[in-house]
Amino acid sequence: MPYTAELKKLIKNVEKTRARRVEKKRKGEEFPAMSLDERTDILKYHPDFKEEGRREICIGPNKGYKIANEMVDLIHARSRVNPESIDLSSPDYETDVLVIGGGGAGTAAALLARENGCRVLVATKLRIGDANTMMAEGGIQAATKNGKDSPYYHYLDCMGGGHFKNDPDLVETLVTEAPDVLAWLEKLGAMFSKFPDGRLKALHGGGTCRKRMHSAGDITGAEIMRTIRDEAKNHPADIKILEFTAAVELILNDKGACEGAVLYNLETEEYFVCKARATVIATGGSGRLHIQNFMTTNHYGATGDGLFMAYRAGVPLKFLHTVQYHPTGAVFPEQAEGLLITEKFRGAGANVLNVDGEQFVYEREPRDVEASAIIRECTVRGKGVPTPTGKFGCWLDSPMIDMLKGEGYVRKEFPGKWILFKRYGIDITKEPMMIHPTLHYQNGGLAIDSSGKTDIDGLYAAGEVAGGIHGENRLMGNSLLDVLVFGRLAGSAAAAYAKKKYKPGKLSLQHVAAYNKEVASIEDAATRVSPMVLPDYSNPDVRKRQLTTDYVGTIR
Amino acid sequence: MSKSAEKSRKKEVKQSLIPIYIMGKKHEVPDSLTIQKALEYAGYQLVRGCGCRGGICGACGTVYRFPNSYRIEVGLSCQTVVEPNMYIAQLPFFPGNKATYDLDTLTATGSTLAALYPEMYKCIGCGTCTRSCPMDIDVMEYISRAIRGDIAGTAEASFDCVMCGLCAARCPAELVQYNIAILARRLYARHIAPPAKHLAAAVQNTRKGVFEEGVKKLKKMGTEELKKVYTGRITEPDIADEFWEPEDMTYLVSEKTR
Repeated sequence: MPYTAELKKLIKNVEKTRARRVEKKRKGEEFPAMSLDERTDILKYHPDFKEEGRREICIGPNKGYKIANEMVDLIHARSRVNPESIDLSSPDYETDVLVIGGGGAGTAAALLARENGCRVLVATKLRIGDANTMMAEGGIQAATKNGKDSPYYHYLDCMGGGHFKNDPDLVETLVTEAPDVLAWLEKLGAMFSKFPDGRLKALHGGGTCRKRMHSAGDITGAEIMRTIRDEAKNHPADIKILEFTAAVELILNDKGACEGAVLYNLETEEYFVCKARATVIATGGSGRLHIQNFMTTNHYGATGDGLFMAYRAGVPLKFLHTVQYHPTGAVFPEQAEGLLITEKFRGAGANVLNVDGEQFVYEREPRDVEASAIIRECTVRGKGVPTPTGKFGCWLDSPMIDMLKGEGYVRKEFPGKWILFKRYGIDITKEPMMIHPTLHYQNGGLAIDSSGKTDIDGLYAAGEVAGGIHGENRLMGNSLLDVLVFGRLAGSAAAAYAKKKYKPGKLSLQHVAAYNKEVASIEDAATRVSPMVLPDYSNPDVRKRQLTTDYVGTIR
Repeated sequence: MSKSAEKSRKKEVKQSLIPIYIMGKKHEVPDSLTIQKALEYAGYQLVRGCGCRGGICGACGTVYRFPNSYRIEVGLSCQTVVEPNMYIAQLPFFPGNKATYDLDTLTATGSTLAALYPEMYKCIGCGTCTRSCPMDIDVMEYISRAIRGDIAGTAEASFDCVMCGLCAARCPAELVQYNIAILARRLYARHIAPPAKHLAAAVQNTRKGVFEEGVKKLKKMGTEELKKVYTGRITEPDIADEFWEPEDMTYLVSEKTR
């Protein structure tokens, strides 16, 4: 639906200040960026700092660690299966490398494992490519213009964004491998935005000191995902893809190494044993857990399954106490609620404004800082813009971009968003967008080393499910990079392990049995199962009437 | 369910309800919902036909019809708002042939497309594909460009494709348009668009270890020192042109000297 009459009236405030703001920007005058102290101060408005939103984990390697209630709920939960009922003696699938998850990291891992001479099985609970990677819009960071940028500056930005808490080795790997990843994508035929001479176009992102955000229109993730998916499908003999098949438990052996996973066919409700010489977990993030009831930009399948499976097997968690809220999720129209409005809009110069049409924050602060400032504006300062459903948001002034960069820029560089809003009767080249922070990214996850290896032999993790690379806050454009850097490395390392180091043992689900037993002593925990696999948005009134007494299957 | 979620549910119920027909069966749903949310409201838990919920993954291609209309309408269920008396069916999957190839060895010509997707020439120019595209892509136009051997044109015109398969589902000539399109895009980006020279140089510099010392130095710094370096770093101005270089060229390799 188009903007209501009330909102159109409020847009006048934005229009009133626009010419002045554009003029300032042209002169290179920006709203002052916050000092490190000011950043620390404003973070008290960030949802991570709400004490009632989290509690301690009572089981496993991170006992005593406080993270979001919604995540603890799934750690304090029993397995979907009774491990004793699973016959491990005759596996249904055997492969060199099992990749769990078919998003960016999983697909990259599959391609590299194959390149290194392995047969690969990709098990994914939806379709290959149905993942947060597909939805990443703004871009991918890499220091590709050495006249002004290098891994040195990329490293600095990444550490600053993560509050200097990131794992230095992982950051070094991220920034050093970045140019290689861009070259790999170029060779695979991903259509990046380029100048006629082949030079890659690049913009700033929040927290960057050099323009190193490379993009493919405003559908960078989709372009990358569909390209590597197409490539994975070019090798049907070596890369087998099992869709609508989720992994629900890892299989260890008597020596403690990982040797595959229990897979679950979501449609026939059968469980299968997959034996693998090496396993890569690439199950992605967890936005669909709706931490503190936040709306999310995440994919339908983002329920953090890999975290909970691997934690049961003994892999520690890192940085999971911080969750990223993207500063600009749509709050209007209602149908688009939670939808990501790419940071590239701010990279291209769009101001963030309050109900009076005034700036209150520099538009390119790191995400946690930007989000906190918007939340403060909408709460304690009372300067939010009211939506017809009683929520509050701020304006993102997209029309000023064409004034800065030339007529037609928004239409050309943001085709996805332009079409989407046009369907709702809103022309984003003429009217600003209404935004509010939305649950976006799991900063932390499973502990890994720079090759993607976890503490368990034969088990690797890559992408959003892993933690440490981004410290306490990820910068824009470092997640598409992360999934490809660590997906590729984990795929190669898993292949090397499968070929040279793998030693077969006796398959076991003993760790699951032991975990189930321990969980039984935690209050309420026995009533929950994890991993969640898919969220349930079906109507609670309908659910009240679903009274089948004994049914444990895909959907109930 | 939390209180606030419950509240919003109650608000929803107060909204006006309209009848829709999910695979022929009548349900009353709030008129503000997308087809996807309406299915969930009606009690379905989706396994297939649901993905990003944001109009980009192509998982939720949907066909619908209104009584007394001959037209078949299409849309992505996560993007299309319900209307009274819609008869809705989702397309959970539609088979589409994909050629396998080694991109490196292909040439970016029409004959490559013709060899891998010879059925392309069966196109009868009916335009059903264009009318079936939820992304408003002129599918028939890019297919005619492909037939003419215009790889760059096909790539450009198909760029917004989400590969939902609605075009292929409705094509009387049995083409799989979206797979022809992605082949054209990959051919274009790999073989027609000039490679980025600065990228090749950056790969070489980085692999040679030109920046290794700088990064190692940062890694060794204590947090306070690192914060100082971070705060003191020069930011490239927004309005700087493509070949801007800072005064301090330590840890950089000027592009101007090459």
